[in-house]
Amino acid sequence: MVTPETEVVECDILICGGGMAGCGAAHEAAYWAKAKGLRVVMVEKAAVERSGAVAMGLSAINCYMGMKWGENQPEDFVHYVRQDLMGLSREDLVYDIARHVDSSVHMFEEWGLPIFKTADGRYKREGRWQVMIHGESYKPIVAEAAKKALGEQNIYERIFISHLLLDKNDSGRIAGAVGFSVRDPKIYVFKAKAVICAAGGATQVFRPHAVGEGLGRIWYAPWNTGSVYKLMIMAGAEMTQMEHRLVVARFKDGYGPVGMWFLLFKAVLKNAYGEEVEKKWADLLKEWLPYGGGKPIPTPLRNHQMIRDHLEGNGPHYLRTDEALQAMFAQVQNDPKKLREIESDAWEDFLDMTMSQALLWASENVDPAKVPSEVVLTEPYLMGSHASGTGAWVSGPEDIAPKEYFWGYNRMTTVRGLFAAGDGVGGSAHKFSSGSYTEGRLAGKAAVAYIYDNPQAVEAESDRVEEVKKALFAPLEVYEKTRPLTTRGQVNPDAFGPKQALLRLQKIMDEYCAGQGAGYITNAPTLKRGLELLHMLRDDLSRLAASDLHELLRAWEVWDRYYCAEAHMRHMLFREETRWPGYYYRGDFPKLDDANWKCFTVSRFDPEKSEWVLSKKPYVALIP
Amino acid sequence: MPTFVNPNKCDGCQALDRPACMYICPNDLMTLDKGLGKAYNQEPDQCWECYACVKTCPQTAIEMRGYADVVPFGARLAPLRGTDSIIWTVKFRNNETKRFRFPIRTTPWGSIEPFQGLADAKVEDVKNPNLCGQEKFLGVDKLPVVAQ
Ligand SMILES: Cc1cc2nc3c(=O)[nH]c(=O)nc-3n(C[C@H](O)[C@H](O)[C@H](O)COP(=O)(O)OP(=O)(O)OC[C@H]3O[C@@H](n4cnc5c(N)ncnc54)[C@H](O)[C@@H]3O)c2cc1C
Ligand SMILES: Nc1ncnc2c1ncn2[C@@H]1O[C@H](COP(=O)(O)OS(=O)(=O)O)[C@@H](O)[C@H]1O
Ligand code: SF4
Repeated sequence: MVTPETEVVECDILICGGGMAGCGAAHEAAYWAKAKGLRVVMVEKAAVERSGAVAMGLSAINCYMGMKWGENQPEDFVHYVRQDLMGLSREDLVYDIARHVDSSVHMFEEWGLPIFKTADGRYKREGRWQVMIHGESYKPIVAEAAKKALGEQNIYERIFISHLLLDKNDSGRIAGAVGFSVRDPKIYVFKAKAVICAAGGATQVFRPHAVGEGLGRIWYAPWNTGSVYKLMIMAGAEMTQMEHRLVVARFKDGYGPVGMWFLLFKAVLKNAYGEEVEKKWADLLKEWLPYGGGKPIPTPLRNHQMIRDHLEGNGPHYLRTDEALQAMFAQVQNDPKKLREIESDAWEDFLDMTMSQALLWASENVDPAKVPSEVVLTEPYLMGSHASGTGAWVSGPEDIAPKEYFWGYNRMTTVRGLFAAGDGVGGSAHKFSSGSYTEGRLAGKAAVAYIYDNPQAVEAESDRVEEVKKALFAPLEVYEKTRPLTTRGQVNPDAFGPKQALLRLQKIMDEYCAGQGAGYITNAPTLKRGLELLHMLRDDLSRLAASDLHELLRAWEVWDRYYCAEAHMRHMLFREETRWPGYYYRGDFPKLDDANWKCFTVSRFDPEKSEWVLSKKPYVALIP
Repeated sequence: MPTFVNPNKCDGCQALDRPACMYICPNDLMTLDKGLGKAYNQEPDQCWECYACVKTCPQTAIEMRGYADVVPFGARLAPLRGTDSIIWTVKFRNNETKRFRFPIRTTPWGSIEPFQGLADAKVEDVKNPNLCGQEKFLGVDKLPVVAQ
């Protein structure tokens, strides 16, 4: 094995992850850093031009107020998010994103993102909060702006960040990060006074619907491996709502999103016998008051209705694209030109953001105007930007955050100098692409303010750096050492590759942690048994073998997902209620319990002792 | 539908300093077979079919073949991405074909000047809640605030 060389990069602010939040952080930090000549560096494990969840494009911007046309105010958005999240969100964070998000969207438009317009020049709405875009190049456009703002010399691509570093004199303070190149045997040590964690959410922690060649065809991006959570957990940052997973309805097998179909085309979900799921199960919602009584029906409760209908044996469930499009055709009196426009919008939704679904339609000879498509629920994802809230427990903005939620700098975690954004921030949801970008901007500015106040140098413990460096390439050594034990590498008595480790993790999570295969239900004994198996897997991960740098990347991604899995299970065990039916059910606590659990769950991992401590933090309503 | 590479078209991007697909793939999948001098997908079951490599390939050598464990054979979905729009050709299993064209960008590539027309940042403003360019971009005069 070649000995890796080490490059040390010195900077003031380090941004981990160049997705939506990372690019927003780059833009804003670059602007404010200039006044004092600070160096801002962004590290990305892929190529910023097409990295993260927006790599293939999007067909909508799902978070936009439209304040300039008086369409919505931030208060309205807080009410919406409160309702959709069954009461629990960090409303200071939600409000903060809402009051700023329009400016990000207006910048995107100025830079060249094509946005659909109405006859009077407003953005065309898909729904109350969503605007329609021609978003194939959304990420390359945002990436171009971030690169220009930072300067190419400050962007490090194809480097996977694996660990954060703490200050040697103050373990509550950040000092940088370590990563390795997936192209050359090289380790990077980034020394920084502030770090912004913006490395996306976590997928493939759970077993998806297809497990052969189609393993990677899931809704959220397979390259979002949960680094953001693992990095912060291992650094001792407090994490919140790690149980608050996302499960969503998606077109079957292609995992195509449903939003445009429900909101714009007004398509209706029906079972095999033509019954409308929402109407048929309206009474179910009464068991989940007050949220069950409000509109829109919260995302988990919509799932809950579908699960109940499925359990009664009424599948398959169909989104009636055919009826919806025929109704729209009738509205335009079958004018061929208008018909063609409607058809084009319908296909663009997937051609902009889930091409697989369009290919699947073609493969199965589906014309959505003539036949309906099956819809199912996904496996769970951990993310803080859709209708779910996993992530770091962060400070809110000084001018609006209640005192319980403020400790100095907006979006700073409980580790000083460590900031988070996008999927990495917990307890606030419905940010989507534009809100994640905006949250990156908020963290970017706050990180500059932090450094203005804390200009003194930081330094990582050198022993720790050496320890991490040694651990990083261990899977390559395991591979070399264990290879002689078998005639062919696949089955080895002492080692396994990252793919089998991943599948083992997914199997445990699916079966014990309320995965899709388990009908989304679990209880304390099942979770505890799952944790036992998970810990055996953890001990076995020292046997991870990597034959090359690509497998080394996969090996470290398994560690990411492992920590996500453990945090998720422990939080689910801690919250003794069912807050989000349709996401998961605690069979032993099947009801919503506002009296005891209308609060945030917070965990802290002590890496020295390998111990998790869980506690509750109060929910404070920002507005009535 | 993971990617596959047409061996008759791929030239390993010899004219570039690295293969375009290898540079762009968000999941580190496209790589070069050094012996053959051609690209391939090294882990098809981690492919998201994001089409980033397909769109960027200078030889149009990369295509999708439906995930063998899920998708019936016979369809084809191919993009042709220009500087301001993209054309998609959808061929169905029954050979029916549809074609769509969508805009992708309204300004020339490389034209973004992120801070053009904005005043320089001032040290005394770094603690206030306003973001850069707010006067120009927010669309309302005052940043909304909620009473504490
Ligand atoms: C199919 C699909 C459809 C969607 N539809 C919409 C929509 O219509 N409208 C909308 O507004 N939003 C939509 N979203 C949601 C939106 O994409 C996300 O909310 C948003 O991208 C989250 O931003 P983020 O910065 O947290 O994560 P990302 O944008 O995913 O960025 C994370 C970045 O971190 C990098 N990274 C990860 N780990 C590491 C590491 N260890 N080291 C270095 N770098 C790392 C990744 O490569 C990536 O670039 C959709 C998402 C998907 C997948
Ligand atoms: N049935 C529904 N009712 C109300 N809002 C919905 C519904 N389905 C989806 N949405 C909203 O529509 C937007 C897009 O949702 P999705 O299609 O689920 O997600 S996307 O991120 O992949 O686009 C989100 O803002 C989501 O909350
Ligand atoms: S389609 Fe996307 S994920 Fe698949 S190989 Fe190409 S760039 Fe990579």
